[in-house]
Parts: sequence; structure tokens; C-alpha cells
Amino acid sequence: MAVAEGTFEGAVVATERPPLSPGQLAWRRFRRHKMAMFGAVLLFLMILYVILGSLAYTEQYANRNDLSITLSAPSREHPFGTDGTGRDILARTIYGGQISVAIGISAMVISVTVGVLVGSIAGYYGGLIDSILMRFTEAVFNIPQLFLLIVLAKALSGKIPTFKVLGRTLSGSVVVVISVIGLTSWMYLARIVRASYLSLKEQEFVTAARSIGAPNPRIIFRHILPNCIAPIVVSATLGVASAILNEAYVSFLGLGVQPPTATWGNMLEQAYHHLETEPWMWIFPGLLILLTVLAINFLGDGLRDALDPRTII
Amino acid sequence: MTRYIIRRLLQAIPLLLIISAVLFILMNAMGDPLASFGGRRRIRSQDRARLTRKLGLDKPIPVQFAIWLVGNDWMDVDLDGDGVPDGKGTRRGVLRGDWGKSFMEKRPVREIIAERVPNTLILMLTSEVVILVFSLFIGIYSALRQYSLLDHTATALSFIGYSMPIFWLALMMMFIFAVYFKRWGLPYFPTVGMYDLSVGKTIPQVLWHMVLPVATMSIMSIAAYSRFIRGSMLEVISQDYIRTAEAKGLSERMILMGHALKNAALPLVTIVGMDLPILLGGAVVTESIFAWPGMGRLFWDAATDTDIPVLMGVLMLISVAVVIFQLITDITYTFFDPRIRYE
Repeated sequence: MAVAEGTFEGAVVATERPPLSPGQLAWRRFRRHKMAMFGAVLLFLMILYVILGSLAYTEQYANRNDLSITLSAPSREHPFGTDGTGRDILARTIYGGQISVAIGISAMVISVTVGVLVGSIAGYYGGLIDSILMRFTEAVFNIPQLFLLIVLAKALSGKIPTFKVLGRTLSGSVVVVISVIGLTSWMYLARIVRASYLSLKEQEFVTAARSIGAPNPRIIFRHILPNCIAPIVVSATLGVASAILNEAYVSFLGLGVQPPTATWGNMLEQAYHHLETEPWMWIFPGLLILLTVLAINFLGDGLRDALDPRTII
Repeated sequence: MTRYIIRRLLQAIPLLLIISAVLFILMNAMGDPLASFGGRRRIRSQDRARLTRKLGLDKPIPVQFAIWLVGNDWMDVDLDGDGVPDGKGTRRGVLRGDWGKSFMEKRPVREIIAERVPNTLILMLTSEVVILVFSLFIGIYSALRQYSLLDHTATALSFIGYSMPIFWLALMMMFIFAVYFKRWGLPYFPTVGMYDLSVGKTIPQVLWHMVLPVATMSIMSIAAYSRFIRGSMLEVISQDYIRTAEAKGLSERMILMGHALKNAALPLVTIVGMDLPILLGGAVVTESIFAWPGMGRLFWDAATDTDIPVLMGVLMLISVAVVIFQLITDITYTFFDPRIRYE
């Protein structure tokens, strides 16, 4: 369908150019999507902020307590002010941002992996396997995510020790938060993937692959999966955004990443007690969450339109 | 239709069993329910052993689950730990209407939940009405005047709306409408509780205390809902039957309400049907911030104390509500779209 339309588009636009591939068409639709481009630029800026920022400040500086300057308002020296133990908030938003974004991406990887596995196996094999997997999916889907997050976060907390990655010491709570968010947000994707597998497995190319003796896993992942990549990409993108928000919720309830490791979420949790008098403590981390999530949502929305072959350019 | 409803209800039984089993296992991994039992004092080890036996926590988890489900008045219970049974248990199990007793409050879970549900429903149903009114208005207007200034503004605002952590919005609302309004000498809104203790639980008090939490929750959902309504309205008004209705010379109002909205409402019914049962569970974060004594707050407090009977009660109540509302939603479809038939 996409290919047929590609040829048609090419023929209309100009005769001297070869027809555009579906990928090129998607890129063209994406480029013309103003909000998506705005989202991409904004996200790029946010990534620059957390990467370039870490060149300007060290992590020791971000975690250093200075009790002589606790709760000081934004100044030339501390542009975003300092927190309850005199740590520089600007530096903490930079390192906290790295963790928050990393949590967002890793949690998304988990949820997409589980979602695709469950959805594709259920959809492809059908029958009893399908019933069992889908009943389970429905069961998990029935409980509101935040309730499940709380129960799971409490069940797993404190069970993973501190470890080192890329020269940074991270508390085990990072892994807990990632798995908890990942394991509570795969259900929706599983349903979408299952639905596309149900129709795709009846198509001729699957029969062809089967007739030349391709094993089932190969048919599932090499033949069928590339055909439902569009909804997966969109849901993965939006998944990063909701994972960042979920990290903030879990941290806000005190079940998230434990200090001194900063995340945008746990910075907000500490700031909650300084609502009236020290607004800079919660305004900046909150604003950064908002901008990042907003950028990713714009991007995801643009991708949805761009990857949909029915969208008219 | 009746057969369809019965079949759906029968299908729900294994689903609810799976849910409760999964939750029960997870909850028993949450931590030690006895940890916060003695308050600040440490519990002596013989007391701990006695309490563990009394609450039935010494049994293997599958047995505990069975007791939670069907009670223990049919099996022998050994309360003093001497290996000799002291008679039958007293619990009747969820299936026979006994939700167990709260570990912390030593009261029946059903009683505790029954106290909280009205508080939560006042808050959540008001929000839902506010959400529907505003998002229908914004959504329909945006769809009719697509790409107008208001449409663009609504799009931008709704993206911002659902990209915000809800508690951050709550903090901002508190900061502006409570802290700053007070500073400026304007009438300011209360930020905690359901009513002023000095005035008592009167209707104006509760309404006044509801403003900020309702506004917080509504803003988040209006953002998502209005986008959604705009989308389904746009799809419907490009259909042929709308052009036919126009050609017949019907008024715009008639076309909009009679033809377009009824068809565009179908996807809306789905999300409202998904949201309503969840409203019963309250809003954990919002209720915690505004100290609203509802179900969300109850759940959060119970989670902090690992009060398993209360947690199970809240979650199973929500799960049952989800199942029932899904069925109601599916039946409502037949009203909005007569082509849908169940047999």
C-alpha cells in the first residue's frame, strides 16, 4: 500500500525524479510537520543542556553539601539557587536530567520488549497461548498504573545493591525504578502488536515464508515484525515521555531513586516542603520535566502522522 | 443480550482471580506488615511471633491467599503456637463478604473503605463533570473552526497540559491561588483537608476546599479529552451523511448535535467508561498533596504500612468496577451505533 502510493506521488510531483521510498516520504511528512520539528529541536536543546552542562559542573559539585548557603535564592553564583543542604540546583538539574532521561529510555526499552514479545507471540500462535497471554495482559491492564507502580516499587525496593556504570556510582534504586516503570506500561503496546499480527499472519508473504521452511521465530521477528514497526516506533517515543513522568510520580511519593543521586523527580519531592518560601527548588526541575516531555510528545505526534501512509503531504 | 451479559460476567471470574492472585503475591513482597505495628517502640520477639500467628502471616502465601478468599472458619487455627489447634478461625473470606481487618486500624476493611468512597466520589465525579463540559466545548469548537487561533491555542495548551507532572501543577496552583493570593490580600483557597476544623463539615466548606484539587485534576484531563473529541469530531464531519444533512437544509445546530456528536461520541464513551471505575480509586498523588481523605490517600497510607487487607480491598474494588464498567460501555455502544449487535 505504502509502495503503491509512493509511486503515485512520484509520478505526480515530477517525471524526471525516481519515485520516493516510503522512508523518504515519511521523512518528508515529518519535516513539514511544524510541531514535530519544534519538538525535535527542543529535545535536542534539552539533550545539549544535560550533556554540555556536565562539562561545566562535576558530579561531586552537584552532590556537595554546603551548609553555609542552604536554601539561598537564585544568584549569580547559583543561578537556580540552592537546596536544603546547600547543593547547587543548576548542577543537580543537569545530573538529575541525565538520570531521568536515562530512566525514561531504559524503561521504554523494557516495556517495548515485553509488549512486542507478548503481543507477537499471542497474535502469531493464537489459540491457548493467546488466551493465556491476553488474560494476563488484561489482568495487569485492569489495575490503574500508579497503584501498580506503588505496589511493585515497594516490593522491589532495597533488593538491588549500589553499582557503578560509566564511572558513576548509582544506587540500586535506579534499576528498581526502571524495571517497575517498564513492567507496568507494556500492556497497551502488546494489544496493538497482537492486533496487527492477527491480520498480518494471514497474508501471502507469511505463507510463502512458511512454505520455504522458515522457523516460527524467524517468521515472527524477521518477516512480520518489520511490517508493524510504525505503531511500535510511535508508542516507544511516547513511552519515553510517560516514563519520565512516571519516574517523577514514583520519586515524588518517595519510592524512587534515593539521594544523593539526583533526578528531576526526587528534586521535586524534596522541594515539596519548601512550597511557599523557596519556589526555585520546585520550579526549575518541574519546568525541565515539562519541556522534555513536551518535546517528546510533539515528536511522537509528528512521527505518528509521518509514518501513516494515508497522511496527505 | 442477556446471554451475552451472563457470558461476559462468567468470563470476568477467572480474570479477577488472576488479578487477585498476582496482587496478593506482590503485596507479600512489599515488606514487613509488622514493622510499623508498635509505632516508635520495637516489638518484642515473642509479641511478634504471637501477632504473626494471629494475623495468619505464618502460613505459606497460597494458604494465606485461600484464607483471604474463602475464610478460615472451616479450618483449625493454632493461636498460641503450641501445636494444638485452638478451634476454628473467624474469617469468612472475600467471597462471603468479609474483606478482612485492617492490620493498622484493627477495623473491618469494608467499614474503612465505605467511609472513604463518598469523599473520593465527591471529588472525582465533580472533576469528571467539569472535564466533560469543558472538553466537549473546546473539542467541538476546535473541530468546527479547525486551524483558527483558538484551535491552535487549545492544541498548544493541551500538549502542555498532558506533559506536566500533575503534582507540579498542584504545587503551582497552591503557590498562586493560596500563597500569592494570601500575600496580595485576595480571597485565597485552602490547600489541605476537606473542611476547616473550626467551622465543621458544611457544604460551602467542602465546596471551597474542593476548588484547587478539582481544578488540578480537571486541567490535566481536559487537555487529553479535548484533543480526543476534536479528533473524532473532525473525522465525523467529513463524512457523507453530514453533507447529506447539510443538503437537506438542516440547521447547523441540528447537524452538530443530532448527527455529528452522536457518532463522534462513540470513542468518547470508551474513554469515559475506562476512566469512571478508576475514579473510584481516587487520585493518589492529588489526594496526598491536598490531604483529601479519599481512597487514593487511603491506598497510599496503607501502602506505607504494608496494610495488605486494605490494599487488596481497594484494588479489588477498582478491578471489579473496571470489569463492570467495561460491560456497561459495550452495552452503551448499541445505543450510539445500532449496527453493533451482541448475541
